[in-house]
Amino acid sequence: MQIRNKRDFWSGVMFVAIGVLFIILSRQYQLGTAAKMGPGYFPSVLGGICTFLGLILGWSSLGKRAQKTELLGVGWRELILVLLAVILFAALLNYMGIVVAITVLILVSAVASYEFNLRATLISVVILLVMSYVVFVWGLELQFPVWPKFMRS
Amino acid sequence: METLFSNLALGFATAASGSNLLYCLIGVVLGTLIGVLPGIGPLATIAMLLPATYKMTDPTSALIMLAGIYYGAQYGGSTTAILVNLPGESSSVVTTLDGYQMARQGRAGAALAIAAIGSFIAGTIATFLLAAFAPPLAELAFKFGPAEYFALMVLGLIAAVVLAHGSVFKALAMVILGLLLGMIGTDVNSGVARFSFEVPELSDGIEFAVVAMGMFGFAEIIMNLEQRENREVFTNKVGRLMPTADDLKRSIGPILRGTTLGSILGILPGGGAVLASFATYAMEKKLSKTPERFGKGAIEGVAGPEAANNAGAQTSFIPMLTLGIPTTPVMALMVAAMMIHNIQPGPQVMTSNPKLFWGLIASMWVGNLMLVILNLPMIGIWIKLLTVPYRVLYPAILLFCCIGAYSLNNNVFDVFMTIPFAILGYVFKKLDCEPAPLLLGFVLGKLMEEYLRRAMTISRGDPMVFFTRPLSLGLLIAAALLLAIVFLPAISKKREEAFAGED
Repeated sequence: MQIRNKRDFWSGVMFVAIGVLFIILSRQYQLGTAAKMGPGYFPSVLGGICTFLGLILGWSSLGKRAQKTELLGVGWRELILVLLAVILFAALLNYMGIVVAITVLILVSAVASYEFNLRATLISVVILLVMSYVVFVWGLELQFPVWPKFMRS
Repeated sequence: METLFSNLALGFATAASGSNLLYCLIGVVLGTLIGVLPGIGPLATIAMLLPATYKMTDPTSALIMLAGIYYGAQYGGSTTAILVNLPGESSSVVTTLDGYQMARQGRAGAALAIAAIGSFIAGTIATFLLAAFAPPLAELAFKFGPAEYFALMVLGLIAAVVLAHGSVFKALAMVILGLLLGMIGTDVNSGVARFSFEVPELSDGIEFAVVAMGMFGFAEIIMNLEQRENREVFTNKVGRLMPTADDLKRSIGPILRGTTLGSILGILPGGGAVLASFATYAMEKKLSKTPERFGKGAIEGVAGPEAANNAGAQTSFIPMLTLGIPTTPVMALMVAAMMIHNIQPGPQVMTSNPKLFWGLIASMWVGNLMLVILNLPMIGIWIKLLTVPYRVLYPAILLFCCIGAYSLNNNVFDVFMTIPFAILGYVFKKLDCEPAPLLLGFVLGKLMEEYLRRAMTISRGDPMVFFTRPLSLGLLIAAALLLAIVFLPAISKKREEAFAGED
């Protein structure tokens, strides 16, 4: 036995894991009957179908006729920097305000590109800050804390 | 017929009002903009702008603007496909095949012109189809009970599976996963907060826009950053814009056939613009007396698919407007926009909000007219835009998504929630799992459960209710046929061919 289609195999594993997880989590809710479905009924059925489909996928990836695929590498640098930028934006927004949060978001995310250029990034920080202020704070009047908490009166 | 014209008159009167014209213009300009820029699509853009529509007093204006983004993107996408050999939008993938070759031969101008003209003709015809077919469908929808709605959603989800590329089992599993994610939040019947882990924000369910931004916006950006592609841009040698008489003669047939096929596929759940363009390209190649010219700069290969994707984008509004059921993720956002303004989508919208219904339809023709002007005489502006490097672009996209997510509920929780979906979207991409069926499942999850419950309560738990009612039976048979067809060996090979060359 050999895993020929690796992408299908691991998708199958993922679907089984998620399906089983939902079935287990649904056990805390009432199942009810077909005529009077409880909150656990539909998710349990779906979890079952998801598990079943995952099993088929995993099984068919082992066959001799399965198409051969390899897993693709993960670009950790790009993945982590982009997500970190978003997390920092969300974490800073309430206390430090939108000006600081945007600056950090742009700086951190821009580093993820292999063509990163500090000067160009600083220029786009300034442009985007001005644009965001005009469009979102003035124009659309969205509710943001603009400046850091200690600077607000 | 007379009512059709009086309805359209009402529509045009609504669409031509000053503020609606302005919102239509904003929508199509934004649509062209994001269409031209690869790496950001209409889905993420509409999701971003959804909070901004809270501020609009008239829901008609909001929908006109959001719709403009969707079909506007179909126009813009072709510019990038022709000049850079990169699809600006997923629906313009096939345009790269012949459009880019035309550009290399110094005929970029003719390709751009035919793309715009084809789209405009398709848009005009699709507007009238929408106006003609929506009312009878809405009539039919009034006969729908819970069993029919459930069966219709099954059909919609199966169609989305059939039309997705790659493994059918994967697409099916993605739909189910979407339905499961849709279960998160308070169950309307029992009031139980399901899968919320005591997090108050989760008991309201997950915002659709958050899922869309994470999976389509962020995951896409990360994948693009990994690829480090070099682009070759033909910005200086567009050539003359006017197509020759021979070009026009060759294009008219493909444009009309593309419009027809695109309109039909657009109505189908899960179809929309992407499949329409692929199918039309395959059809034109089959019909051509000189199929060997395709891929080497045949104008038919630009005219047909570009007409089809625009027609498909517009007719995909039909099921949303008449049945209240979104058949593509973009339509799901349209539904969300209506709900923001307390309009329950469904067959009653046509009678209770005639101005919105007909105004939206008429605005599409007005928008198409604006798009021709935006994309032909003003093509130079968009070409300049293509010289903006991606490294400048993507931090801006991230920023707009983050602000959009925050503004949904003025809560940073929604920004944090994009992270797990970005990771999930990234994993899906690496495993060749297409996220579009998941999004559709996510949108329909709670609705489907609700209709299943109601149907089963009425029938006292007898599942035969889905098979004894003729409309419901018909829909389920259609779904079963669709699924059976995919598994037929001959068809599954064709399906692979149709999607081949896309990656």
